Amino acid sequence: MEDNRPIISNKIDDFFRGLADAFAFVKRFFQEVWFPPYEFKEVLRQCYEIGYRSLPLISLTGFIIGIVFTNQSRPSLAEFGATSWLPALISIAIVRALGPLVTALIASGKVGSSIGAEIGSMKVTEQIDAMEVSAINPFKYLVVTRTLATTLMIPVLVMYTDFVALMGAFINVNQNELVSLSTFFVQVFEAISFLDVFSSVIKSLVFGFTIGIVGCYKGYNSTKGTEGVGKAANSAVVMSMFLIFIEELLALQIVNAIRYS
Amino acid sequence: MQSDIPDMKEPVIEIRGLYKSFGDNHVLRGVDLDLFKGENLVVLGKSGSGKSVLIKILVQLLKQDSGDINILGQDISRLSLKALNKLRLRIGFAFQASALYDSMTVKENMEFPLTRNVKNLTRKEIDFKIERLLDSVGLPNTINQMPSELSGGQKKRIGVARTLILNPEIMFYDEPTAGLDPITCIDINNLINQVREEYKTSSIVITHDLTCAKDTGDRMAVLVEGQFKAVGSFEEVFENATDPNIKSFYDYNFIR
Repeated sequence: MEDNRPIISNKIDDFFRGLADAFAFVKRFFQEVWFPPYEFKEVLRQCYEIGYRSLPLISLTGFIIGIVFTNQSRPSLAEFGATSWLPALISIAIVRALGPLVTALIASGKVGSSIGAEIGSMKVTEQIDAMEVSAINPFKYLVVTRTLATTLMIPVLVMYTDFVALMGAFINVNQNELVSLSTFFVQVFEAISFLDVFSSVIKSLVFGFTIGIVGCYKGYNSTKGTEGVGKAANSAVVMSMFLIFIEELLALQIVNAIRYS
Repeated sequence: MQSDIPDMKEPVIEIRGLYKSFGDNHVLRGVDLDLFKGENLVVLGKSGSGKSVLIKILVQLLKQDSGDINILGQDISRLSLKALNKLRLRIGFAFQASALYDSMTVKENMEFPLTRNVKNLTRKEIDFKIERLLDSVGLPNTINQMPSELSGGQKKRIGVARTLILNPEIMFYDEPTAGLDPITCIDINNLINQVREEYKTSSIVITHDLTCAKDTGDRMAVLVEGQFKAVGSFEEVFENATDPNIKSFYDYNFIR
């Protein structure tokens, strides 16, 4: 028992040191983001990489979610003869939760891991050191640009996912309930409120920030050569997914408190 | 241990009592060293002896535990980040693995430090500078290639060219010949000498390759157990070495 104490104490010590490091990293982002140089070109390049290049995967996933969710919800509503509520149910589920959550989880897998691996590999091959000795701020060029790009692009991707998922749902509803496109979307927009859309956008901004900053943090602090790069990519995904779920729960509580106040 | 070199002029780097540890690993234990203007100083030592740590401290990629470092008349431990970056622009650092930016072409790699540090350059001036430097390292045709398309020797040359674009007064070469074939090593050694001649740089070359040391260095400094055990010309340091560490370093090298 006595032998374990130092190990446990070291683990606790490491945990709090890691936490302090992570907070310092986030703090540095907010200190540096406001001041020039702004690296607009790199932000745009990252927006293209993160946004445009994620479209095929996001499109496919969103479309399938729309179809599957509609199909799975139909029997329960049919028991009460309430299949006409399908567009409303689907729109609420997609706009409030599924769209932001699924997009963020996919992006953390695709974008978070690629940011972690890219910056991690730059770290272990001394490319970050090379920037520093050339009097270039690597934090600004690598971390600020990528985090800004994910923060800006995830809300756009979420809106796109919402649209594609609703189109998938419409195809399913149209096939089964013979509902026209205009009727479907009238019901969709009647069911969702400004708060739903607004909270979805804010939540997506937070998810985007989380994916970017976690990917950058893990990459920036990677060590131990190529093994470290793999670990950075992997832990970027795990950590950002974990934080996204926590943030989703918190957002749910806050939005519900506003909705029912 | 430092020998008196009669024709040595003003020092551009002065290191006094430099200590650096990583946990229980005491890498540098009171290092004293001078780099004089216009000379090529070779720092030799076994792997893990702290050679690279030394030059990384000199550009403050790592912080020393204690000791004084004066570079080009400035005490680097007292510099603000802004002043340190200004000083860094006067120092070129050629990394062991070249550290070329993977996502950029050779041209973009060279343009990157230039456009961020020198304002008001026209496109024509930038292109001229890049082409001239690529010519001087003998690789004019690589301008649009990606680093992944270059050989190890080409990467090293481009790495050197990239640092030269800011006209440094001091050059640090970290293991310039590591992982290269003997012919390419000779090319790199010649390049180091050529850089000194053309750009009037003072250099520290970190290596454990005695051929590179002999070909490029005016003075040798051998780092053993965290201290310089011998400093002087190649002959002074190696031919009459009595220290067993230095003797074995020489004895096991292929040039004997």
